[in-house]
Amino acid sequence: MSHERIISYVDAVREATEQEMARDPNVLVFGLDVDDPKAIQGTTKGLLEKFGPDRVFGTPLSEDAMTGAAIGMALAGVRPIHVHIRMDFLMLAMNQLVNIAAKYHYMYGGAMAVPLVVRGMIGKSWGQGAQHSQALYSFFMHVPGLKVVAPTTPYDAKGCLIAAIRDDNPVIYIEHRLLHFQKGPVPAEPYTVNPGKARVAIAGTDVTLVGISNMQLECLRAARYLEEKGVSAEVIDPIWLAPLDIATIVASARKTKRLIVVDNDWTNCGASAEIVAQVAEQSPGVQVRRMGYAPVTCPPSPTLEDQYYANGRTIAAAAFDLVSGKPQHWLPAERADLKQIEFKGPF
Amino acid sequence: MHDKATLERLYRSLYRIRRVEEEVARAYPTDKIKSPVHLSIGQESISVGACEALRPDDVAFGTYRSHALYLARGGNLPAMIAELYGKATGCAKGKGGSMHLIAPDVNVMGASAVVGTTIPHAVGYAYALKLRQTDRVVLCMFGDGATEEGVFYESLNYASLKQLPIIFLCENNGYAIHTHVLRRQLLANLCDRAKSFNIPAEQIADGDVLKVRERMQAVVAGVRAGQGPYFLECFTYRWKEHVGPGEDWQLGYRTATEAEPWKQNDQVPRLAGLLAEADRDRVHREVEAEITAAFHFAEQSPFPAPAELWEHVYQ
Repeated sequence: MSHERIISYVDAVREATEQEMARDPNVLVFGLDVDDPKAIQGTTKGLLEKFGPDRVFGTPLSEDAMTGAAIGMALAGVRPIHVHIRMDFLMLAMNQLVNIAAKYHYMYGGAMAVPLVVRGMIGKSWGQGAQHSQALYSFFMHVPGLKVVAPTTPYDAKGCLIAAIRDDNPVIYIEHRLLHFQKGPVPAEPYTVNPGKARVAIAGTDVTLVGISNMQLECLRAARYLEEKGVSAEVIDPIWLAPLDIATIVASARKTKRLIVVDNDWTNCGASAEIVAQVAEQSPGVQVRRMGYAPVTCPPSPTLEDQYYANGRTIAAAAFDLVSGKPQHWLPAERADLKQIEFKGPF
Repeated sequence: MHDKATLERLYRSLYRIRRVEEEVARAYPTDKIKSPVHLSIGQESISVGACEALRPDDVAFGTYRSHALYLARGGNLPAMIAELYGKATGCAKGKGGSMHLIAPDVNVMGASAVVGTTIPHAVGYAYALKLRQTDRVVLCMFGDGATEEGVFYESLNYASLKQLPIIFLCENNGYAIHTHVLRRQLLANLCDRAKSFNIPAEQIADGDVLKVRERMQAVVAGVRAGQGPYFLECFTYRWKEHVGPGEDWQLGYRTATEAEPWKQNDQVPRLAGLLAEADRDRVHREVEAEITAAFHFAEQSPFPAPAELWEHVYQ
């Protein structure tokens, strides 16, 4: 039973890349350090040996030009995967991504397409501070023509990456470094998890929790904490942020009447703002709340950093307040059994 | 010496671009042209000479001032005028405008309004050509302003590192909008900079279309043979304002006197003088008929249907 196979998120990304490169000689992968001994946390391990330096290569520190070069390659029929080990460095590539990649198909009347995958790694800072921790994916959600995906499970990591590689549009593929260590069931054969469908990870009745990227994990924890108070949380993983499956979220919010969107990003103009706005437009009666980074620059010191991020306990507390209709001043005690939540299938 | 057919082909291309641009300028005040135009008048010889050296399967990248490149490369004239008119029959279905011409059928890739942005596209395309072990080459055209963008240097570095089949061709018209290159750069020693990346480089100072063609033919042969990238700096002069159909001597940032040598050296009458009168007249008749038909086509073409707004967001 291939569905029983348990592998890590890292191995799922690596396997997806390897299978697509074997299937299609036009697929290549490049970026700073993709061919070095650490192989981007292992996600590009073995690819150089199998496919050679013309299809697997490190680059100069030139994010702007290399993003433009990726677009040029795509115009020539290549399907590049451009890897950025830190999302923050994508700011150096914004002109090419926003002004060119997003617009090429539209601006030239459909004459050409840009099949491009940009892998951007984000992370809880774990001491990495202001410029090694940012999510920033909402920047890309803002621009028509880009697709944005933030898979949280190993299953989705593989299926979404294969879908992204086969997509004829530019796709920003967001990986949270903590999710890299997650394990879960992943079929050995290639498959796609296509844009347009969110997943209800846990069914519930009292409150809807939408967790984006690593915050999906924290929402799963929150659901367990909420059981202590007899609150039934429905947890949704949007998977693809653009295009966004708002219908699944709206249906859940209509059912529970309460929605908390928890983002691994600032709330201001972020994915959480967009999801809440769309739900409010479609279902005015739903009570809504957003959670995300504190609206400050990410600090490295642990005492400050702990306050910066939402976590399973603070999400549970916020959900309990929302369900109760008033502040309850409840914060669950941290539970050791919830420290290592791993994604369980089947999906 | 140049044979008669070559001279006629060059003249036809020069004259055609000049006359198209003059007609664009003439039509512009009628408000039928629906996007800003950056005219190529005065700069035709660079695109014409350069494209002469390319094979049909070679690939060209240009800028927002690319009417000349598009036409010299064989881009469809009615589709270009229709694009300027915002019509559904335009080369970008009315969704690009003058600054975003494209002609994939003749390997002209999309032009961009943001200075310097197409330089790395050309480099990436050249990488793909090398990956596939073809002998096709890429022509990457840009202006002197683009050499002030960081991406220019990143692109030179990568093209040099990978020894890509690409010709970097800087159309140096001396101005970025209204600012002279020597108010933007201390030395403007572009060839020296290319050479510092181990990319051979040379200047063509006078916009001589025959010289541009001849040098490009030699350069393309080397690049096609796998000798790696090459840098050509072609001086030229923009006769019209940065954007729009008029002249701009009254602004005072440059003088009509400065333009005089370029007008004396205008390649359109120069080449005309090398043709027999009957041949020249025939070229004129044919080109004028083609231009009249192209503007008529644009006039008669429909605007995009409202539903077109929603098309092509994604492939």
